[in-house]
Amino acid sequence: MNSAIIETKTDKIFKAINYTFLLLAMVIVLYPLIYIISASVSDPSAVNSGEMWLLPKGFTLAGYELIFQNDLIWKGYLNTIFYTVLGTSINLLFTLPAAYALSRKDLVGRNIFMGIFVFTMFFGGGLIPSYLLIKSLGLIDTIWAMVLPNAVAVWNLIVARVFFQVTIPKELEEAAEIDGCTNMKLFIKVILPLSTPIIAVMALFYGVGHWNGYFNALIYLSDKELYPLQLVLREILVLQSMTADMAGGAISGSVAEAQNSKAELAQIIKYGVMIVSTLPIIIVYPFLQRYFVKGVMIGSVKG
Amino acid sequence: MHDSKVTANRNQGLLDVEICSNSTSQLEAKKNAGKKKVKKILRNWELYLFLLPTLTYFIIFHYIPMYGVQIAFKDFIPSTGIWGSEWVGFKHFVQFFESYYFWDLIKNTLGISIYELLVGFPLPIILALAINEAKDGLFKRSVQTITYAPHFISVVVMAGMIIAFLSPATGVINHLIVALGFEPIPFMSDPAWFKSVYVLSGVWQGTGWGTIIYLAALAGVDQQQHEAAIVDGASRLQRIWHINIPSLVPTMIILLILNVGSILSVSFEKILLLQNPLNMDSSNVIATFVYKAGLLDAQYSFAAAVGLFNSVISAILLVLVNQIAKKKSETSLW
Repeated sequence: MNSAIIETKTDKIFKAINYTFLLLAMVIVLYPLIYIISASVSDPSAVNSGEMWLLPKGFTLAGYELIFQNDLIWKGYLNTIFYTVLGTSINLLFTLPAAYALSRKDLVGRNIFMGIFVFTMFFGGGLIPSYLLIKSLGLIDTIWAMVLPNAVAVWNLIVARVFFQVTIPKELEEAAEIDGCTNMKLFIKVILPLSTPIIAVMALFYGVGHWNGYFNALIYLSDKELYPLQLVLREILVLQSMTADMAGGAISGSVAEAQNSKAELAQIIKYGVMIVSTLPIIIVYPFLQRYFVKGVMIGSVKG
Repeated sequence: MHDSKVTANRNQGLLDVEICSNSTSQLEAKKNAGKKKVKKILRNWELYLFLLPTLTYFIIFHYIPMYGVQIAFKDFIPSTGIWGSEWVGFKHFVQFFESYYFWDLIKNTLGISIYELLVGFPLPIILALAINEAKDGLFKRSVQTITYAPHFISVVVMAGMIIAFLSPATGVINHLIVALGFEPIPFMSDPAWFKSVYVLSGVWQGTGWGTIIYLAALAGVDQQQHEAAIVDGASRLQRIWHINIPSLVPTMIILLILNVGSILSVSFEKILLLQNPLNMDSSNVIATFVYKAGLLDAQYSFAAAVGLFNSVISAILLVLVNQIAKKKSETSLW
């Protein structure tokens, strides 16, 4: 009894430290997010001078107004929505049937196919040969360069395969075979309706990837009409800020002036565009968090 | 741990019985095996149709570039194509090894990766252990929801945040530094700060998400072990040390192998965004160098050679670490 009391004392101290640690972790993650939200609706001069540090100061929606008037951002937004919808549809159309086929134990050669796919996780031709391939296929400056090079992610293929293996009972396939049901019918009429969780997980993983990706666009697109949101953001958040920070007021001349006025615009809208561009994910995230987590966990079974 | 092995063996036994009862004699089965295989393939032809798009994708977008990597050994001229270009052997590799920036690139790449590994690898484990100790409820769920969230911020927005927050004149972090009575720090233009900026912002973004896989492993820990330990008078810290941490070891090893395998392929999408002429001394890594030499300067063969060097070293490292892990711990990728 005596020792139990001593134990609870050290346990109490441990508990206190643990909760403090978790609270601290939460604050560290949360603070920049709150800061961005506040800064996006504050007077830019209050933000830049440091007067605004937690709650909005000099409330204004001027930044958002400028964002909504900006054609580049609008066009980028529409392009990104289009790439995300088209890209994710292609991803699902490729990944789900293949993952189901690979989950079937009676598929002759499944290990060979799996080997072919998994090998690409660890070795690849690299950036330059990939670029030259896209170029020779004539995909440069087309929407296909945004969706085809990432049509299937090996990791997602594995996750979906594990899901089918674990959740689809073997008896179902045997019964279907006895009934003379073809694999195609079985997949569309029986398997897919049973697999809505994995369809959701896959759509989310791929969808977020398309929404957030910028590198394919950077190397394969030069036509500004096709720019996705992330490339437009790059110009506003990274390129303009860099020039503003480094050039400052030191350079004169009309080019620098134009650049400075662009940089000034960037100063006003930068926090707003961070919010606007992440908005769709912010909205769906709390509702779909469990699906994301589920996806990672299924992956870890085999990973 | 032990329990699961026993059940696995039992299942194996059941499976054997099934296989035996299916065929009347082993010999006959062997004879028919070939025929059966063909039959199986024919019966499941639709499954191969299911695989076809994905297989085509991998051949075109992954294996053709692997074949195309031969331009690293040629003097590639776009107008003559891969076939028409002349073989030059290891010329581009030698040029890379002898260049004055070779060791800088290696040093920067390894420096960032190892820094990232040392800081970024243990933190998700510590956070997962801490979350696991919290009582189920609103607080625990809030910690998880909030710490997972930054994972979904795009690299571009992340880079924008870093640049905005660290700006010497207008950034919130420098405001704090000045308020504490110090000089503002030019984080983005001082090469000495680049690695820390890159790694610590990655920690902010990825630690929470990284806990998921460990929390899944912790959820699988047998509660009886904890009960027995409590009876024996073990404190919480002792139970974490002797029960929880050992249960995470297989996951840790797998992630460590993968991390070491990708030690040369730092997430260059972020580095590319954070790079500027002033911090180039420490931000120039192999991957960004390949991008610049190949796509901006159109030295295709040279850049492909540098990229190939990178992939080969990565693959060797992966196999090596996997082999060591297999020998020492019985946990490995394959």
